Amino acid sequence: MFELSILWPAFLNGLTTGAVYALIALGLTLIYGVLHIINFAHGAALMMALYGVYYLQKSLGLDPYVSLLVMVPAMFAAGYLAYRYVIGVASHGRDENILLVTLGVAIVLENLALFLFKSDTRTIDTAYTFTTIPIGTAMIALPKIVAFFGAAAAAAILLLIMRATDLGRAIRACARERQGARLVGIDVEHVFAMSFGIGLGCLGAAACFLLPAYYVNPGVGNGFVLIAFTIVVLGGMGSFAGALVGGLLIGVVESLGGLWLGESLGQIGIFLIFIAVLLFRPQGLFGARA
Amino acid sequence: MFGIAVALLPAVSSSGVVLNTAIMMLYTALLGLAWNILAGFGGQFSFGHAVFFGTGAYAAAVLQAKLGWNAWATLPAALALGAAVGAFIGALSFRYGLRGSYFALVTLAFAELFRILANNVDFTGAGVGIMVKLDAGAENFQFSTKAGYLYVVLAFVLAALLVCWWLKNSRYGAWLQAVRDNEDSAKAVGVNVFRVKLGAIALSGALMAAGGVFYAQYFQYVDPGLAYGPGVSIEALLGPIIGGLGTLWGPVLGAVLLQLLGEGTRGLFENAPGLSLMVYGALLVLMVTFMPSGVLGAFRRR
Repeated sequence: MFELSILWPAFLNGLTTGAVYALIALGLTLIYGVLHIINFAHGAALMMALYGVYYLQKSLGLDPYVSLLVMVPAMFAAGYLAYRYVIGVASHGRDENILLVTLGVAIVLENLALFLFKSDTRTIDTAYTFTTIPIGTAMIALPKIVAFFGAAAAAAILLLIMRATDLGRAIRACARERQGARLVGIDVEHVFAMSFGIGLGCLGAAACFLLPAYYVNPGVGNGFVLIAFTIVVLGGMGSFAGALVGGLLIGVVESLGGLWLGESLGQIGIFLIFIAVLLFRPQGLFGARA
Repeated sequence: MFGIAVALLPAVSSSGVVLNTAIMMLYTALLGLAWNILAGFGGQFSFGHAVFFGTGAYAAAVLQAKLGWNAWATLPAALALGAAVGAFIGALSFRYGLRGSYFALVTLAFAELFRILANNVDFTGAGVGIMVKLDAGAENFQFSTKAGYLYVVLAFVLAALLVCWWLKNSRYGAWLQAVRDNEDSAKAVGVNVFRVKLGAIALSGALMAAGGVFYAQYFQYVDPGLAYGPGVSIEALLGPIIGGLGTLWGPVLGAVLLQLLGEGTRGLFENAPGLSLMVYGALLVLMVTFMPSGVLGAFRRR
């Protein structure tokens, strides 16, 4: 067994990563809950957002946390337009079509990034990149702590929107019963596009919190997309509480798994959870029976 | 007739480029035909067909390079393994009625799981991959001319077409298509939905593994990214979607169009990595938007 002195920092690191995972998964689960489709372009969209943050810092000197003010609205708008003019149009009312279209969009984005930005892995330097803060016996990087609280705040705002605003009520109505929502006068297509926009807006926020302690390359989305899927399945498709708990759990599992099995094999823990959940509890921890 | 026409190709042209293009068309058609069995006939969209492809490719490479099997002897083993992996994934997912997004996800996750495993386990050569030893001779599945490979992959494609033709014209095929069109009604009239879907994924997996075996022999090299990466999964699904989902000739037509397009874009964007793949992605979006039943389907409706 490892000593506590190694486990504790690994646990905390996992928790901070997990908070960002949770934010990414919240966007995915929102889109799933409303549209009943999985957005396979989620990872590619996150990758694009990371490049957005990167270039805002490189060319305009914008601090990643200030970029929040740009990236969240930008990603929201991109999501809204993408649904209105590409994904919604292509669906022809069939779920398989939406699946295929989001996959196609993911391929386009990933290779567009490869073409525009080349395959180099890029990182940014900030004054606080290497600042660490002691928590108990552990030294945790400052950007990771900011990411934890930032992701938590973003999640809280999202939940508030869903609970307390008319938009949130309309989204929940569409998720529950789209025919009924249409009958009481909700513009369902608009709500779908708004949900897609909010889902991608979460990614804009996640990218700003992620980049100071992370890197970006054209393939970076692939890793995240599977992790986010796992979280959503683990937490229960469409469940916000599930996405939060699942995100933190997966972050910790990944961190501890990496400690035991090494960086590359450590990811296996995530897939084992994924398969185990599908086997024994396909509705997830917090989901109603699908 | 199609078979004879292709078989005569080496007599008409011995140009390596022409034959190589024909081989790649047939190979892509084989992957598409395999994918089409599960998605086109069965309605289950897999985004991770690389899991079967990679299993076939690694079965051929490992058995041959590490255990000294004859190359041809690895073929039935690879088919059986592909079918077994298919049955395993199918049993896990269909038992709980996973469909649509869930199923696409599970297949994707399994492909990724296998890729990580292949990257970390010794007997697959880990990240370095496996070289299949060069040992020319028809008895070793290695030919001195491209024509030899052409005949082999043609035989695979014809076999796959035969399987699909059987699916179109048999009772089992009718069950499978009934499950695709309406699972609940199929169940109501007494179709064993679980077993029918399980059969389809095993069949699809076995054919996909044949594609993997051919890949391993033709390129004589396998590594985790090539075998289990998302590229193969996408290659397998693009052809049928372009050509026509659930049709006999759709995947073949799609593969031909894809390869022609690939040749065109490679020439056009020689120094731009990614652009040719980007065209594939855009094509996928455009096809689903404007021609959801593929080129064949669009013509048939008129």
